[in-house]
Amino acid sequence: MTTAEPTEAVTGVPFTLNGTELVAEEGELLIDACDRNGVHIPRFCYHNRMKPVGMCRMCLVEVDTGRGKALQPSCMLPVTPEMKVETESEATKKAQDGVLELLLANHPLDCPVCDKGGECPLQDNAYAFGPGETRFVEEKRHFKKPIPISDLVKLDRERCILCDRCTRFASDVAGDPLIHFIDRGSQTQVNTFPDHPFSSYFSGNTVQICPVGALTAEPYRFKARPWDLEAVESTATVDSTGARVVLQSSQNEIVRVLGVDSDAVNWSWLSDKERFSYEATAKGDRIEQPLVKNEETGMLEATRWNNAAKKVGAALRVEPDRIAAVGGARMPLEGQYAWAKLLKGVVGTDHVDAQLDDGLPGPLVLGLPRATINDACKPGGVVVTIGADLKEELPTLFLRLRHAVVEDGVKLIELTSTATHLSDFATVRFDVTPGSVGQFATAIAKQAGADLDFDVADESGLVEAQADKVAAAAALLDGSVPVTIIVGRGNLAESPRFTSDAVGIFRRLNDDFQFMPALRRGNINGALEMGLVPGFTPGGVQRESAQLDTWPDVPDFDGMDTKEIFRAAAEGRIDTLLLLAANPLQDFLDEDLVRRALANVKTVIAVDGISTETTDLADVVLPAALFGEVDGTFVNLEGRLSPLRAKVTPPSQARPDWMIPAELAIVLGVELGFTTIDELHSELSEVLPSFADIDWDTLGSSDDGPVLKLNRSWNIEFGKPAAAPPATSAFRLVATRKLWDQGTMVQESPSLASLPSEAAIHLNPDDIERHGFVGDSVTVRIGDQTHTIPLTSDVRVNPTTASIPVCLPGFDARTLITGRSTTAVEIRPNGTT
Amino acid sequence: MPTNTYVDHAPGYVDNEGPKIVTSRFGYEDSYTLERSLATGGYEGLRTALTKAPADVAAEVKDAVLLGRGGAGFPAGIKWGFMPPVWPRYLVVNGDESEPGTYKDRLLMERDPHQLIEGCIIACYALGLNTCFLYVRGEMADAQERIGTALNEAYEAGLVGKNIMGTDVSIDVVLHWGAGAYIVGEETALIESLEGNRGMPRLKPPFFPAAKGLYHKPTIVNNVETLANLPWILSNGAQAYKEHGSEASPGTRMLAISGHVNRPGVYEVPQGVVSFRELFYGDNYCQGIKDGNELKAFIPGGASAPWFFDDQLDVLLEAKDAGAAGSMLGSGAVVVMDETTDAVKACLRVVRFFARESCGKCTPCREGTSWEEKVLQRILDGYGREEDIDLLLDIGKNISPGEYPVAAFGKANLEAVPFPPKQTTICPLGPSSVAPITSAIRRFRHEFEAKIAAGPQNDGHSQAPEASTV
Repeated sequence: MTTAEPTEAVTGVPFTLNGTELVAEEGELLIDACDRNGVHIPRFCYHNRMKPVGMCRMCLVEVDTGRGKALQPSCMLPVTPEMKVETESEATKKAQDGVLELLLANHPLDCPVCDKGGECPLQDNAYAFGPGETRFVEEKRHFKKPIPISDLVKLDRERCILCDRCTRFASDVAGDPLIHFIDRGSQTQVNTFPDHPFSSYFSGNTVQICPVGALTAEPYRFKARPWDLEAVESTATVDSTGARVVLQSSQNEIVRVLGVDSDAVNWSWLSDKERFSYEATAKGDRIEQPLVKNEETGMLEATRWNNAAKKVGAALRVEPDRIAAVGGARMPLEGQYAWAKLLKGVVGTDHVDAQLDDGLPGPLVLGLPRATINDACKPGGVVVTIGADLKEELPTLFLRLRHAVVEDGVKLIELTSTATHLSDFATVRFDVTPGSVGQFATAIAKQAGADLDFDVADESGLVEAQADKVAAAAALLDGSVPVTIIVGRGNLAESPRFTSDAVGIFRRLNDDFQFMPALRRGNINGALEMGLVPGFTPGGVQRESAQLDTWPDVPDFDGMDTKEIFRAAAEGRIDTLLLLAANPLQDFLDEDLVRRALANVKTVIAVDGISTETTDLADVVLPAALFGEVDGTFVNLEGRLSPLRAKVTPPSQARPDWMIPAELAIVLGVELGFTTIDELHSELSEVLPSFADIDWDTLGSSDDGPVLKLNRSWNIEFGKPAAAPPATSAFRLVATRKLWDQGTMVQESPSLASLPSEAAIHLNPDDIERHGFVGDSVTVRIGDQTHTIPLTSDVRVNPTTASIPVCLPGFDARTLITGRSTTAVEIRPNGTT
Repeated sequence: MPTNTYVDHAPGYVDNEGPKIVTSRFGYEDSYTLERSLATGGYEGLRTALTKAPADVAAEVKDAVLLGRGGAGFPAGIKWGFMPPVWPRYLVVNGDESEPGTYKDRLLMERDPHQLIEGCIIACYALGLNTCFLYVRGEMADAQERIGTALNEAYEAGLVGKNIMGTDVSIDVVLHWGAGAYIVGEETALIESLEGNRGMPRLKPPFFPAAKGLYHKPTIVNNVETLANLPWILSNGAQAYKEHGSEASPGTRMLAISGHVNRPGVYEVPQGVVSFRELFYGDNYCQGIKDGNELKAFIPGGASAPWFFDDQLDVLLEAKDAGAAGSMLGSGAVVVMDETTDAVKACLRVVRFFARESCGKCTPCREGTSWEEKVLQRILDGYGREEDIDLLLDIGKNISPGEYPVAAFGKANLEAVPFPPKQTTICPLGPSSVAPITSAIRRFRHEFEAKIAAGPQNDGHSQAPEASTV
């Protein structure tokens, strides 16, 4: 610790605002300095999360920097010492009134039928500024009324005031420069390029930042008026970023989700999935009542909660090691804790896993020191990504990282099997053949001076061929600047073992490196923290060291993970299988194994809010309330707690997740110890040291929310990495995930359901040429099976690698995945075998 | 009879009596070839420059008081001095001449591309940089082609590129074609366009191109004619240069005179010694107003300039004098209007140009210029209202507050930049549309009032709504 200098001098830039002497921060824009001091300057184009352009001219104020008074746009002007600013002067007023009159000259005054009416900055400013009555008697500019610029967004060019917000967002923030100004003069308009729709994962943000009603989103158009909306702040649960949102409802239905400008997390941005998948709760195929299978007909029939609970209770009264539970990542923290307590503390089984073999090993995720998003994005640092394209997996995190790398000079090292949407900005990018990431990590760590007792196993010469990159990466990782390693599951056709190895080596290189798990499923970090992972109890405590006074019991054996659970179930070693908001038929890589497992388990109990192919096969289905219907807590990938808030009532008999195990416990003759969510919170704070200081009542009142201290008392031992598979003539398969897929939340949202593209195998253009693949499909051979799959030429794919997204319509890529440590496929021109 | 020694497309260069600094080769049919250039002293200025230290070359140019010929009339030597010691740095040649009535740079590019290239190399050498971007207006196909050909010749002859004239100086000149936009004549918009973006001006301050320009590196943007003067200055020295023109404005200017004069065309005129009266009526120049008519008004320096009238005929052709009289010499385009001109129509014609060419960035310009156009059209159609005249003036005040015109170069002392700008827009395009309106209304208000009072005239062009019933 350093002692603070005993200086009393006010640091900053002194300036005069309307005659009052004030101090601005170094480099602060005048408009921000005025905001901070309670003087509002009207603006349209300025947005605090984007670079200013000085386009609308609404924020003109009279400024004297010593060379006489001049009208200057306050959004472009950093405060300089002794600047004198007049925001109320005659000249300022005249300029602002003039700009407003000119903005309205061609603006259609269709406020009564405009979605923005009532929350429109142009409307608001028109009351405060401008002449009140127009002098413009000419015919206004005409364009065709709203044109779709993407599947989700419509553009009304007549309403547009050309503030450059949406276009700036598209090019500067999202990196999807698909909308732009065309034409000139008063015919200037925003538009897409011909035949290139604004198909961006982030298109909804342009609607949110539009200062008029020019951009409207399909799901919300004409649904409600702003003054009828009720709102509550919550957290997006579709992925583990935990973006802060506002839920807005009308007539007990969520009609809109907006991003909140949380400095720590999402900076007001949202992916379209976070923004629009609320539709699934209102319009999806909801389970509204408990269902029990009729033994005679084999059909699920509605029943009362008591009956269903009794049936479940009976199924839970078997040997603990014949009971297993899969899933739970979708639930709020409270539901996860209650289920963990029921399953591990009451029933006594440790066969509990929230991941569907599509993430990273639980102990690894729980055991790594965490970075916050702001740590990772801090200027001057280095970020290493291992795994997937974050734009597809965690798009809002991608936006933060993109800003850090592009604008703030954060250095990026990529260790991924296919190029990502950040590759263009990476300082070092490795072409990592599936299975070789551990060897690359070893080479980098050795070069950076790590004391490792093994050498790089590089028979195929892959690492050697990128020796200069290894040197460059090693230089960045010399420990002189903070390093954050973002680690995810980039390839479902590759064992996560290789990723663990790489993480372990970086851990051995430098203890101070911080990590961020890029797991995709919503509240997966909450699930792991609450012990929905074999071998652990809540708080990331290993089963054998658990000290949980309020728990009747803890399991006396180490449980199986999801893959082992399904294998055991298929072999008849499991009697009762609980599926906690899991749809393994869709999401687990081996669909056949799941079918056999479901067939061989005596009682399958599905707890879910939306009907899926898996719930259809269950013996008992318990209806759960979903996003926007329950209060609760979310843990994001930083370990940050943020609130989930109810805005609408759950349908019919659906219940909050935490109530379901509490009720089942009663059936089993035990009290879980909480009958309200407050009591549950008290228990969490009491039994888990990391939750001891959490003030549950004020969780949502700050933008940031507390970050759990995830310092573990135990350490993972990391050894020598698994050898990379030898080079063969076959293609190494990379199975990736897309944002728009066949997943439940996308498919149950009417506006999103058609967005997934058809599955295709992606090959490097050089490979396509070298192997003479012609036409738009190829024959893929795996084992003794052959498949004809559409072919896409993709420069992002490394040579000798074949990439295919799972969970897309057209072709089920899971059929190509063997379950071996890596997957090799033979690809031939179409028509040959 | 107008006698044009060189007629390529439009009225061109008029070979009159007087010093020839930049038009010395214009009389030759093959003036654009390297052969002719070398035979007539071409690249001698560069040869001289290369024998001197770069700083001495810059000092020579500063000493010559070479005023920028693009519009603002700022001394090139002083502008060069604003460059911070940061490399890389660039020279950008503004060949996007598109001010209505201006066509002198086109002739310089078409008739003597080697003189321009030589000027570019001299400037690059003086500034210590090795890349020059030559931005030529999109519509000037001939100029593009001739510069392209000339560049190839010059590269071949070792006059551009690596080791110029056997020295260790290496300078590349990159030819870039614009896509056809008036606004790109504004230097920051030109830089945006050169970077591959839509041509829209950048706000300055905070960054002027000399500090942060192309690719955010120090950039000097010079006009074609400015650079075309450099070979002569280097060949003959600053002293010889200052013997031409006036003390404040040495050298000559290329003036493009169009409109109602007997001999329109481009003239090379010594700066600061010839008056507008001599220019219009002198035998050596335009030889009088067409058909012996009376002069009504004239635009002294491109469509952006406030109009002059017969009381300004004795203003001398130099930036300082024109500025003091309330307008500017600007781009060197003089448009003459005789008594037959309809002031409202002339005004509309100019305003319409700016309305069409506004880049759309700043609200006052984008919306204001087209509003002005609509009101003027309405007045012309006979549907004007009494309050429209004041409305026009007030729209103007919303684009360009305060008294307009502002003498762009009124003070003799050379302040770094014209500050504070009297405009609500980033660049002067919007305010440019105000100049003709205030000029015309100030002088010819009665014409506007007459049109409004007369009401709709059935001239086949405009029809009252009730007259259009079938």
